[in-house]
Formats: sequence, structure tokens, C-alpha cells
Amino acid sequence: MNNKSIVIDGKNVPFEDGQTIMQAATAAGIYIPHLCHNPGFTPHGSCKLCTVKVNGRNCSACTFPASEGQNITNVTKELNDDREKITQMLFVEGNHFCPSCEKTGNCNLQAVAYHLGMTDNHFPHFFENREVDASHPDVMIDHNRCIFCTLCVRASQEVDGKNVFAISGRGIDKRLVVNSESGLLKDSDLEATDCAAHICPTGAILIKRTGYKVPIGQRIFDHSQIDTVTLANEGASHDE
Amino acid sequence: MTNKKVKVATVSLAGCFGCHMSFLDLDERLVDLIEHIEFDRSPLTDIEHCSPDCDIGLIEGGVCNSENVHVLREFRKNCKILVAVGACAINGGLPAMRNHISLEDCLNEAYISGIGVENPQIPNDVELPLLLDKVHPLHEVVKIDYFLPGCPPSADVFWKFLTDLLAGREPSLDYELVHFD
Repeated sequence: MNNKSIVIDGKNVPFEDGQTIMQAATAAGIYIPHLCHNPGFTPHGSCKLCTVKVNGRNCSACTFPASEGQNITNVTKELNDDREKITQMLFVEGNHFCPSCEKTGNCNLQAVAYHLGMTDNHFPHFFENREVDASHPDVMIDHNRCIFCTLCVRASQEVDGKNVFAISGRGIDKRLVVNSESGLLKDSDLEATDCAAHICPTGAILIKRTGYKVPIGQRIFDHSQIDTVTLANEGASHDE
Repeated sequence: MTNKKVKVATVSLAGCFGCHMSFLDLDERLVDLIEHIEFDRSPLTDIEHCSPDCDIGLIEGGVCNSENVHVLREFRKNCKILVAVGACAINGGLPAMRNHISLEDCLNEAYISGIGVENPQIPNDVELPLLLDKVHPLHEVVKIDYFLPGCPPSADVFWKFLTDLLAGREPSLDYELVHFD
């Protein structure tokens, strides 16, 4: 009999030893916004969208272990305002032009912005010059849309048993690099069937010739909010 | 609400007029709307400059040349509420995709070395506004009060936004009305 619990926004949430706050919350049907977290992979704790207050202190829900006595706040104006600012910073740091992106409507970055009520980017845009690598016959990388969540890095290592991607550099100079002598995707081990080719939460890594199979207007987040979609997908994967 | 009509000015800067076309998709609702608003400076009226007492300014498109900057400042000066309408006004949009190419290269491609160019020369008439080095969203130039995302925002977005304002409510858009595409 498991009767350990934490409190999230005043609600008792049961947890098992070893679970993170994110895992306990998701299993209980509570959505905590996130981008770099995906329940199939080792948590990374880098995007900071899942920041919650644990007994008054900010913690990343995706990495912080649940334990008795935690009083957690998740949905507050303060936390959601911070999350909106983080999302806006992601939008201005890259070049995210939704109307010309194949991923629009299926994009977690966009959907998180919708969820947080973000209608503008607030900050000045970087308009940084980033490359597009279309060398691979089946997969392309548009670095303009990379948010450095490392999901492709983790998917390649943990699921595909390869080591195709890495993040190089630090801070504002960091960038996604490809493990091949030329640095190009075509000379790497990546195949279109790899998990790493499909895990990108934005439109940075795309499978060629599939972008408009589902028309705009019929896509995942066109009519469903990311909290509902996430809990349906990720809640189920926790139970497996 | 008094009987005085609310003055609305509109303009398309570095835009495609798609947002204006979407506004016209209000169709018969325009008849209801016109009971409560009057258009000031706008491509719909051909009035050239804003009256000093405009209530709402709807700006489509980003800022790509010197004239855009002057027009945007005129709107900010004369409109109580300034609204960035559509993707280009909010983040520069499609025109801003030239931002990673140097202006010189853009002009050379369009007017000198591009396929099918005859009599190659870069236009340089005093009547022509100078292009900015980069295309900028509106909020980088003036304070913007509200943002209506979408490429374009649907007629329902304009309707909800304007009817909220006219009723004295803080405008809010339901999930289905907020799209970045």
C-alpha cells in the first residue's frame, strides 16, 4: 500500500520512491508545462519551463525527486509569467516563422506558447544567421528552429544506440552539431526510422516529403491544448 | 457608451494586405461594426494622415524601410490603442526572412544578377524610401498595446477583439482564435 503523497496546488498527489515531481504529477493528471522533458528519456532539466515552487523554492519538476512534505505550486500567475518569458526568449533567440514552417500545428514550442496565452515575442529578435542542413536524403535540420532541448541527442544515444547529435559550445554560442567528419547529416549514421529523427519538439529536425501530409487546420494543436494532449500521451506511457 | 463613433485607423507596412483582406471577411458584420466605428487613415478610405484623436490603430506588417518607421510613429502619436495585427507585425514574418542575407546581396539578386533582369540597376530615386538593414517587428520600434497573431488573423479574431474593446471589456481570445500560422 503506497500512501506517500505530495501536494500540488492544494491537491494530494501520490508518488512512489524514485519518481520525480513531473512523473507523479503526470500520473495524477496534472500538466506541468515542459519542452526538454519527454518521459521516454533521461531528464535534462534545461528548458526550465517546468519550474515549480517546492516549499517556496524554484525547482525543475522534471529532475526533482518527489518526497514527503513537499508543498508545490504549479499553476500560478508568477510561474506562468516566467514560463511565458522563457518561451518568448526561445522565440527571439531562434528564427521561428510559424507560417512558413512545416511543423506548425504539431509543434510543442508553439503549443506551449498558445497554452501560456503568449501573443507576442516581447524581446528584440536576434535574427541570427543559422544554417539549414538538407544534405541527408530523408531528414533535414533547420538550425533556425533548434531550442537545444537535447531530445535528439538523448534519443540517438538511449534508443537508437547511436551517437549522431551533440550540443557544442556554451551559453549563447551553443549549437547542435552532427557527429560526422564533414559535420553534415548525410555523412552521419542517422536513418529516417531512427527515434532521433522523430523526437524534435519543434521544426528543427524534419522528415522530408511528409510535411504537409496532414493539412493545416487538422493538426494536433489546432483544436486541442497541449495539456490535454500531453496527459493523454505521457500519462499513458508512465503506466506502461 | 456615448454616440460618438470610435475612430479606427489601419495601415499595411511590410505586409501583403492579407490581414486587411481578412478584416474584410467580416462581411455583413461590417455593417454592424460601422454603427460603432468610423475609419480614419486607412487604405479603405484613402485618408493620408491620422487625425490626432484616433482611438484604435491596426497595423499590419513589419518595418522594412524608412517610410514604415515614419508611418508607425505617426500612428503611435495619434492612436490611443495600437495593435500589431498578424505574424509580420509581431515578428517580422516572411519579409524578415531576408534578415540573414545582407541588404547588398538582396538588392544585387533582385535588380542586378537575378534571372531575367533587364537594364540592371539598383533603384535610387529620392521618392523611394530607403530599405532598412533588417526587417523589424513593430514592438522593436514603438510601444504596442495588443497583438493579434495569425497569418492572417481570422475575421473572427478582429470581431472578438473589436467588440470586446467597444463593450469596454479587456480583449481576450479563445484558444481556437489564437494561431501563429
